[in-house]
Amino acid sequence: MNHLSSLEAQSVYILREAYSNLGKLGLLWSIGKDSTVLLWLAKKAFFGHSPFPFIHVDTSYKIPEMIVYRDKVAKELGLDLIVHRNEEALAAGMGPEAGRLACCKALKTDALAEMTRTYGFEGLIVGVRRDEEGSRSKERVFSERNEDDSWDYANQPPELWGQFKTDFPKGRHIRVHPLLEWTEIDVWRYIEREGIPVIDLYFTKGGERYRSLGCAPCTGRVRSEASTVAEIVLELENTQVSERAGRAQDREDSYAMQKLRKDGYM
Amino acid sequence: MNDEYHKASAPQAAAAGDAAGAQETREKLSLVVTGHVDHGKSTVIGRLLYDTGSLPQGAIDRVREISRETGQPFEFAFLLDAFEEERKQGITIDTTRLQFRTGKRDYLIIDAPGHKEFLKNMISGASDAEAAFLVVDAARGVEEQSRRHAHMLSLLGVGRVGVLVNKMDLAGWSEGAFESARSELSAFLWNLGIEAGPFLPLSALLGENILSPSARMPWFSGPTLIGALDGLKKPAREEGLRLPIQDVYKFDDRRIIAGRVESGSLRAGDEILISPSGRRTRCASIEAWLPRDARGEALAGESVGVTASDEFFNRRGEVISLRDDPPEVADAFRASVFWMGRAPLSKGRRYRLKLATDSCDCRVTGIYNRIDSSTLAPAGASDEVQSGEVAEAAVRLSRPMALDLFSRHRVTGRFVIVDGYDVAGGGIITGAGAALERGAGFASGGVWARAALFEEYSYSLEEQAVSIREPSPCRYGVGDPVPLAGESYAYPDSFDVVVFRDRAAVRIRGGRVAEVLPLSGYSWGGFPAVNGRGFALKVASAWDWEGLLAAFARAASGAGPDPASRWLDFNVYRRIAFTGPLAGPGGEGGLPGGPPPVPPGGGI
Repeated sequence: MNHLSSLEAQSVYILREAYSNLGKLGLLWSIGKDSTVLLWLAKKAFFGHSPFPFIHVDTSYKIPEMIVYRDKVAKELGLDLIVHRNEEALAAGMGPEAGRLACCKALKTDALAEMTRTYGFEGLIVGVRRDEEGSRSKERVFSERNEDDSWDYANQPPELWGQFKTDFPKGRHIRVHPLLEWTEIDVWRYIEREGIPVIDLYFTKGGERYRSLGCAPCTGRVRSEASTVAEIVLELENTQVSERAGRAQDREDSYAMQKLRKDGYM
Repeated sequence: MNDEYHKASAPQAAAAGDAAGAQETREKLSLVVTGHVDHGKSTVIGRLLYDTGSLPQGAIDRVREISRETGQPFEFAFLLDAFEEERKQGITIDTTRLQFRTGKRDYLIIDAPGHKEFLKNMISGASDAEAAFLVVDAARGVEEQSRRHAHMLSLLGVGRVGVLVNKMDLAGWSEGAFESARSELSAFLWNLGIEAGPFLPLSALLGENILSPSARMPWFSGPTLIGALDGLKKPAREEGLRLPIQDVYKFDDRRIIAGRVESGSLRAGDEILISPSGRRTRCASIEAWLPRDARGEALAGESVGVTASDEFFNRRGEVISLRDDPPEVADAFRASVFWMGRAPLSKGRRYRLKLATDSCDCRVTGIYNRIDSSTLAPAGASDEVQSGEVAEAAVRLSRPMALDLFSRHRVTGRFVIVDGYDVAGGGIITGAGAALERGAGFASGGVWARAALFEEYSYSLEEQAVSIREPSPCRYGVGDPVPLAGESYAYPDSFDVVVFRDRAAVRIRGGRVAEVLPLSGYSWGGFPAVNGRGFALKVASAWDWEGLLAAFARAASGAGPDPASRWLDFNVYRRIAFTGPLAGPGGEGGLPGGPPPVPPGGGI
């Protein structure tokens, strides 16, 4: 069995474990390449069906093309899509001017927490990968979040032999990470192999492309001539620039992502 | 409804071509690096990533930045120790996985924390590994966590461990220091039932013997670290279909049984058995969402969906096998267990046990051979297994389950124990069902050793083959008489039994069990000695005894010849009896009658 097929098989196994063991389940779809691969894997896991809703936490600052693409794909695939915003914070004028970390916390972390509680989710499937950044590299496949959505990262339970955490007190939830073992280039090779459509923000426009998608004010483009998936794969085989080089919030301090994720960021 | 979505993707799929093919078929090996805190695990990994050019640009700069911010010297370990607490305290709290590649293949490398508090994190990291390295400081040798890690690796089923003798710069690049670490470690690992090797001298900090042979250690003719990695063999998957049922889906008119093929393969049309229910049916089809994924066959490692030609109730946890090669169905088994819970594992208490996709309640009915995994010292008889300890345990389930011996099928031969909300322990099955109840053994003070020395060996004239009959079930405690003579063996009144596989020794005096003790507490004292199977140990002096131990350790690390012919003698206390038409009423294999009667006084 080749590498991509074995990653696919493991992710499908994880999705099915989540569906079988957790109560109300949802998949966080951020429009980006990783969660779009997740969407595809869910189709494979459940033989073309999507037995849970897809969720987009919308900060209102997303790159506008992402929203257009989201609505188009949701319609085409007939997705059961939940879009959630922290309306209260937005009404109070929250934005990147208030400080990047404060903005991420209010419009992503807090919005996600509010959504989780409103809909009563017991499991949230998230497309994070170990190779993205340090605190994600330490994650579990089934990662518990406390009643206040926080992550007790220094005291994670053991996870071995594919026996995931499926027992937890009521009021807590599990973040399920089916793509944890994938790398950025695995994702693109899989998109290439499977022919998965992705948003064209990833392809070059005037010598630049997005390598990672986020909010417009805080996400930069990288220099690139890649205009097809194959060219992106080729570029990644030869680059030494890290994937999140264009993501400003990571740079706020050395442990920015750890701090955000401890409070419940995805 | 998703036609358009598919259409949009078609040209891309066609254009994908073979470019990805070559990459996809590259082999990937997962490797865990363990060892005592401060012996240099993270530095070894950081060095590997750096020297193979696997670090993204900026990673080294960021580590320099962090060193500056925190006022600490530059450490490769910062690459892996991503948490603020890890960098500030200089310890690894949780496991990290990173990837790198050589010309030969891709590696997933797992950094396991050394600190005792984080044993559960070490186990989480190591449980998926296909190979393991133990990093040892050349000057300091085996320390507490090296022992614990090695012990855990043996229980996780990692049977071979490479040893990196690190910090050779601090040991003066001395061959003597390397050799002394090598002999200490090979004996130590052999004691745990682990094959040791290869052994490599390194300085990860200075990059010596990583990519190219070290000019500072011209005396070393073995491979570099990269060479040794590329020389590791991937463990082979077992034969024989095991497909644990994960779920049964009825999203449409199909009733699809979902699961991952853990070993073997399944084709549409195969006759299958579903255990423990014991129902037989036929695999009707193998299902897939995309037509291009639909093949008539499901192979090991694939997550699949199958339909059966007879529809009856199936539940998660049942195991699909081929009819002629079923798993065991048992509600009791013997296992090697390790514990990492805050509260101890208590005999008689109820826990939840999870094995493959099945789970049910269980109780531990017996605890033997308890060992402190940091010192490897026997921990004495107890009804509890504490965190960081390992033991042999008899486990009873609330209902029968489909399972296997770990030595036959890894996935259906191992389990975890859930205490409250958390996985608190795990184990591998060493004896199932009837075998557990039937086995003969010595037991005392929490130490248990199998009594294979009472097996009967016979040669069937009809079949022209030697067969071995197990002794009848019996537990021999201190003071109990033992059957000194059988049809194919006769032992002296007083002798010692050294059961290497159970790491225990038994002293028989005057035909009765005088003492059952852990191997670590035994030394040879002049009585005739046999191994666990009753083969004489050719030991005539304390020097011989040390030599025998060393020879077995060397052989286990691949550095010496097979010691059996030098140190074991079959013919001293054993012979092979004949059975068959010419040999009397024995008939078809096996000897007539039951076990030999135990002489009342215990003499021959």
